[in-house]
Order: sequence, then structure tokens, then C-alpha cells
Amino acid sequence: MPIKFPFSRRAAPSDAWTKCPSCDAQVFNKQLERSQRLCPSCGHHFRMSIGERIDLLIDPGTFEERDAGLESVDRLGFHDDRPYADRLEASQLKTGLRDAVVWGVGDIEGRRVAIGIFDFRFMGGSMGSVVGEKLARCFETALVERIPAIVVSASGGARMQEGTLSLMQLAKTTAPLVRLDVAGVPFISVLTDPTTGGVLASFASLGDVVLAEPKALIGFAGARVASGTVGEEMPEGFQSAEFLLAHGFVDAVVPRQELRGTLARLLRLLPVPAVDDGAADDDDRSWGPLGALSGFAERLGGAVSETIGIDVEAPSANGSGPEERT
Amino acid sequence: MTDSVTARTGEGPSAEAIESAWRRVQLARHPQRPRTLDLVPLMFEGFTELHGDRAFGDDPAIVGGPALLEGRPIMIIGHQKGTDTESNISRNFGSPHPEGFRKAQRLMRLADKIGIPVVTFLDTAGAFPGPAAEERGQAEAIAASIKLMTGLQVPIVVVVLGEGGSGGALAIGVGDRVLALENSVYSVISPEGASSILWRSRDEARTAAAALRMTATDQLELGVVDAIIPEPGEGAHSDHAATARAVRAAILAALRELAAYGTAELLETRYARARGMGAYLETGTGSRRPPEASSLRRRIGRILHLPGVPRRPRWSEIWPSADDDADTERGA
Repeated sequence: MPIKFPFSRRAAPSDAWTKCPSCDAQVFNKQLERSQRLCPSCGHHFRMSIGERIDLLIDPGTFEERDAGLESVDRLGFHDDRPYADRLEASQLKTGLRDAVVWGVGDIEGRRVAIGIFDFRFMGGSMGSVVGEKLARCFETALVERIPAIVVSASGGARMQEGTLSLMQLAKTTAPLVRLDVAGVPFISVLTDPTTGGVLASFASLGDVVLAEPKALIGFAGARVASGTVGEEMPEGFQSAEFLLAHGFVDAVVPRQELRGTLARLLRLLPVPAVDDGAADDDDRSWGPLGALSGFAERLGGAVSETIGIDVEAPSANGSGPEERT
Repeated sequence: MTDSVTARTGEGPSAEAIESAWRRVQLARHPQRPRTLDLVPLMFEGFTELHGDRAFGDDPAIVGGPALLEGRPIMIIGHQKGTDTESNISRNFGSPHPEGFRKAQRLMRLADKIGIPVVTFLDTAGAFPGPAAEERGQAEAIAASIKLMTGLQVPIVVVVLGEGGSGGALAIGVGDRVLALENSVYSVISPEGASSILWRSRDEARTAAAALRMTATDQLELGVVDAIIPEPGEGAHSDHAATARAVRAAILAALRELAAYGTAELLETRYARARGMGAYLETGTGSRRPPEASSLRRRIGRILHLPGVPRRPRWSEIWPSADDDADTERGA
């Protein structure tokens, strides 16, 4: 929460300081910007804008936004205390975004990825038709270009103002993941504060690897939905990144300073397999550096090849995945 | 499909629309409305219920197993509400826990393995949102079910019987044909939930029901549902046998149509169906790029560390963090 700075002669802007919700420290906003929006005294992870997230993760000068022109329409004529169209416009003015997700292609330490990023400030990062369409296109591009897909989520769930059309985005964003499985293209899901509802109940839970930022709120039912429906309050600290890690639904809780490095390492460790233009049949998969061991019968026969020396540095750094191997 | 139907303007749903939507919600929730296990014996022969998710337990809120339709085996999966207080408590009012969705997944894999169609029945207020469900991965269970259904190599027919409640319904609701009983409803959130989140009041459920456009007719218009099954008399609750006959005929017709599809075509069509959902505009506006200082100014500026000259173009300049992170909007 921004506070006033009453005794400055220069009339400092009211938003110059932010109070850290974890440790109550007063943090200078300029310092937050420089410190990846981490609280300098306790390390609390403040939410990031899409621009800050791109700067954090993507190699400078490599990000290209795709499908920037997609825009929501009010198909239902939805009106609660104000029309959906007004809410969209207010969010657009507030964030400079057209909708809650930006997607594009860019490099992470030289490896090209298709990446989608949420901004929670745009209608709670809710997933309507535009968000669903952008993410589906992100996955489909990953499939066609054979580059890994990454989505950094921050969302309250499906966008209620679009009714069941927003519910159907769960299927729309999940369907391409089946194709990525068949094609052998990895998908890494990054859960940030907060990721709940329909986003968590679709693609975000289905990463081949699921990472989460420390203390992020992650859960199926928001506290208000849960207490409204079940009539009981959720225990404190219940839906956290650490809770999901303990229960086996997240692979690792990664502090923001290490996120780019962790993603880069995973991209090296989980390369997109090269395609053989249909020359070899599917059953005859080579096993990377252990290619000479690929014949299962051979292995059973004890014919262990001398090529067992694995060169962990082997994957190329040119971003186009590993070289062709035999 | 880019659906660019223009926005309707106005002050929200009319009193008439509210009245009519709420009547449907009440019919969909009618205590005598036929449940999955009421209809199954009236429609199919030899239904054999299979229990358990093979990992944690058996969820009575989802039932399933093989049965015969005109002598051919199919796999049945459905939500199961109770018919009175006692059975409603044991069925958890038809709101599944993760083990229910994982049981459904197990039955779908079995259907896939032996190559028989899957028929599902939706009738739930939603997946259960309690602490135990969170602990066992409610979101993952729903997500994994949706994914499994989008890739299942057998025909899937979905019937919305009563309430199609959000993710808990969609988890067994992705299919090649989605049919809805005339007085069923389908929604991203319960009208009560929408009321408490969007109107911040418990008293606007009726208005929310109309605003959410939950009725079968609305769903047909939105393309979420492919066909409506007419109900007898006052509604399905007034005649279970007649309802069963109508539902059975509709399932049979859908399965006959789908029998003509090869596996590849079936999966392609199902993908296109899921992929085409939604309404948006393609404005053709180009993408943005972060501002970059002119090259001479940039070079000198960087060497001398002049203020206002970015070291490199930064995306945070066009999409910065605002000062307020107020939690003003919500999703479901």
C-alpha cells in the first residue's frame, strides 16, 4: 500500500514507497524496480508486470510479441454493477495491455522458447476467450517450431463475465498439450502469486515441469469461493507454493533470482528431440548421447558400447535444440 | 472460429429474464430430478458399477462402469447427487473430490483400451472446494481429466442432465457431442458464487443466473451445447421413464453419427471443437516494442551513464508495474 511522504519539500509522489506485506518494511519503489520486485529486507516476492517478467527471463532484444491485436468482446452482454466492456477498458487503461496475457517468442540463454505471461492486474488475470486463444496459439507455435513452451501464470481463474465461453478455455488451452506430448515438445509451467481456479485446473497444472515462486498463493478454490460454497474458512497459509510442493503437485519452489537460471538449465536438460523427417520409424528412438545403446536386445545381450562417456555439455547452445544424432 | 457478435448494451438482465433463468435453475436442481443412477437402468442393460481410483479411495459423487446400449458395450461416467438428505450427504451433494475425477480417468482409459465409446452425465454444482480436496490436488485432477478426454481415441458423448457446474462438470464434459436436457443449466460458476464475488452480496444469485446465460438454450446459442433434449410434461422430474427414453434416443443418434468417423478424424474434429470455443476480435494491431534511444545518443549515453538513456530497451517501460496492486477483480 502506497503511503504519503508528508514532510518532503519536493512533494514526493505518493507512490514512492510501498509497504511490504510480509515484514511491514517501507520499500522505496525505485529500489523494488531494481531488485526484481523483491523486498530487500525479507525477500517477499511482489507481483511483476509482464514487461518486468520479460526483462527478467528473456535475453535482451530477442522477444517478439505475437497476436498483439486480439481483443475481448462482450458476447454475453454481461453487466454486474457495471458492464464488462467498462471493466475491460479500465484494465486496459491501468495496465497498457489489451488483455491479461502477452505471448511471444524469445530466447532464454540462447534457447528459443514460446512464452505466455499473465498480468494479474488485468481483471485479476482472468482467462477469457482472448487469453485462451493466445495460449492455444503459443502452444501450437511451440508445436510447429518444435521449441519448448513456457507459461508464467498469475490468475484468479476463468473470466466469469464470459460465462461458459471462459470455462471452455480450460479445454481450449489443454487440448494442444496432448499434441505437444505426442511431438515430444516440453512445456514448463511457472506458477506465481496468485494462480487459482480455472487456470490451475487446466494447463497450469499440466507442465512437464511445474515451478512456483516462493509463498505464491496457489489453489483450486479462492478463499471467497470456498467459504461461500462450503461455509468454512480455509486454514491460514494453506494454498501456498510450499504446500503444493509438499503434496507433490509442484516440482520446485524457485526464488525469483534463480528463475531464469533454472529455466535455462531445464531447457538444456530437456531438449526437444530432433525429428528424422520420417526416415526412421517411431519405435527406433535413439537415446541421445547413449545412442549406441538404443537397441534394447543389444543391451540385454551385454554388448555395452564404449560410447558410454556422456558429455553433459553436449547440447548445442545455438538455441535450436540438439544436433541430429544417430 | 472468430465470433464477433457485437456487445449488447443495457443495464443487465430484465426482470423477465431473471425470472425465467431462475425457474430453469430450480428445475435443474429439483429434488425429484432424475440422477445418473435413476436413468442408467432405464436406458442401458447390464450396467456394472466399478469403484475406486486405485490411488486413494472411491468417490460416491462420481459413478461409472460399462453397460450395453442396443447390445453394444459403452462406458458410462456420471456425477451422482443424492435423492434425499441422507443420500445427499453420502454423495457429497454430487460434488466430487479428486479421487472421483481420477476414477473417471481410470474408466476412460479402460474404454480407450478396449475401444468402446464413453457416455458421460453432468450433474454437479461443482468440484468440492474443501481443504481435503485441495490437499489431494483438485485442480490437477480436473486438468488431467480434461487433457485425457481431449486425446481419447474413442467417441465421447456428453449429456448435461441437471447442473453443469464449472470445472467439476467440464472434467468429465469434453466430448464430440454435448447434449443438454431442456431444463439443465451450465455455468462457469454457480449463481450464488457469482453473486458473492461480482455483486459482493449473497442476494443477487437470481440476477447472476440470468447474466451468466446458463440455460440450455443460451448454451446452444453460444456453441457450448450441440443439441437440446426436450423434457416431458412439467420437466424431467415429472416422468423419469419418458426422460430416459428421450435421452437414450439422443445418445444413440449421436453415437451413430460418430461411428462414421475414423480415429484421426474424430480427434481432429474434437480438437477443432475445443479450439473454436470463445468470442474475440482480431484487430490486426501490431505488436509493441520497447523504445530504444537513437544509436549515437545511446552509445554516448551508455558510456557516460547519462540519465534517461536506457542501457538496453526494457519491456518494463511499456508494461510497468502500477503503484496499486489492489485485489479488485476475481476469476473463477
